[in-house]
Amino acid sequence: MLGLTVGTAESASSDTGKDETESHENGGKFDASTFIMDHVADSHEWHILTKKDSTHVAIYLPVIIYDKNSGLHIFSSEKLAHGHSYMGYAIAHEGKYAGKIVRVNSDGNHDGSKPPLDLSITKAVFGMMVASVILLLLMLGLARSYKRSGISAPKGFQGFLEPVILFVRDDIAIPNIGENKYSRFMPYLLTVFFFILINNLLGLIPFFPFGANVTGNVNVTFVLALITFLITQFSGNRSHWRHVFAAPGVPFWLLPIMIPIEIIGLFSKPFALMIRLFANITAGHIIVLSLVALIFIFESVFVAPISIFFVLFMDCIELLVAFLQAYVFTLLSALFIGMATAEPEHY
Amino acid sequence: MLLQSSLASPAIGTVFWTTLIFLLLLVLLWKFAWDPIMKAVSSREDMIHNALDAAEKAREEMKVLQADNEIILRKAREERDKILRDARVAYERMMSEAKEKSQSESDAMVRRARELIERERVSAIAEVKREVARLAIEVASKVVGETLKSDAEQQKLIERYLKEIEANRN
Repeated sequence: MLGLTVGTAESASSDTGKDETESHENGGKFDASTFIMDHVADSHEWHILTKKDSTHVAIYLPVIIYDKNSGLHIFSSEKLAHGHSYMGYAIAHEGKYAGKIVRVNSDGNHDGSKPPLDLSITKAVFGMMVASVILLLLMLGLARSYKRSGISAPKGFQGFLEPVILFVRDDIAIPNIGENKYSRFMPYLLTVFFFILINNLLGLIPFFPFGANVTGNVNVTFVLALITFLITQFSGNRSHWRHVFAAPGVPFWLLPIMIPIEIIGLFSKPFALMIRLFANITAGHIIVLSLVALIFIFESVFVAPISIFFVLFMDCIELLVAFLQAYVFTLLSALFIGMATAEPEHY
Repeated sequence: MLLQSSLASPAIGTVFWTTLIFLLLLVLLWKFAWDPIMKAVSSREDMIHNALDAAEKAREEMKVLQADNEIILRKAREERDKILRDARVAYERMMSEAKEKSQSESDAMVRRARELIERERVSAIAEVKREVARLAIEVASKVVGETLKSDAEQQKLIERYLKEIEANRN
């Protein structure tokens, strides 16, 4: 459907000699940080395992690049795997554009030009798509079950999801936005809550097609925070803007200082949202992977039980964090919206 | 290391796809999930609310009804007691009236009987007296007829008798 291909790349990493990202498999030397970063960071392919003979089993996701000179190109990321170049493009391994697709010259080195617009379905994007499809099926099923059972008491999965939806409404939206105005923002709050939640949860499952670090991707959290920011500013009422440009009770000679501070404040709120979600989820993944990496660092199977115990422990905490971060993001979004739409207090 | 890697570096593609996917998801869920779900939930809440209200109202009505019942019952009980009391009073009155009536009737009868007896007795006595007087006169006339012709002694006797009769009469 998405033009992804599963394949075992024949080229061993040692063939190309410039495969830094795969260096932890090189010569039996294990590099924990590369190992962790490979799993946490986004990539054009979905690496599943490396066989003993150094061949890779991976899901190759489609690469979509738009180059000003040569137009749109769509091809499988298998073509770029392990340092190969295809149609003059390759994944840069070092320098400013490390990890990005860049134009290469005939000897396989970056030609120094600006990288083309990369609209590839990367691991994070693919994981997000999977999560979105699951979420969509889940919620459409829920809506259908409401249509079927009418207004009778919730049953089965409905009984599990409905309290969560009501939680978003009664404990996030209504207290922060207010009884009169909350319903306008409910669809966004519910969508962002469940979107973050399901991506957090699926990120904890270490098997394809789950386990992509979606909410731990700063670009994803940037978009979510940006949408909250836009909704907040566009639903802001007069009193919201008056607080920014002419805060009541502030002497006018302070305004030159206050206005920039208030404007920074407008941006710092969603910025904090972006960083909080990204950092929490990424940190969780890094901790779990570090614990797994311990086994390979010590090169001892006896470390495994300890690692497994701690990973299990961390996964339990991550389960909590998955809910918590979804809650916090939604809560703060609701809070910012509520602050921007609040009626001015009457003195 | 962290910043050098693609971990925290901007990627327009991811931003583009995230925006597209999220907005698509938002629209689809809004139209096909959140709207019907929120509607169903709120209509159910309304229904529960109304049902609770109705139950509360019914309970209030029940309470009023119960109070009414109590009042009616009490009234009925009072009525019953009153009727019983009245009946007893009437019974007693009737009994005593009957008793009185019968008493007075019997009294009257006795009185009448007595009067009759008295009258009978008086008339009988009178009759007897009349008879006795007649007999006495008869006897006396006979006696007188025979003896008056003779002696004075008999004259005296007659006078004595007459005196006695006189005394008796008084």
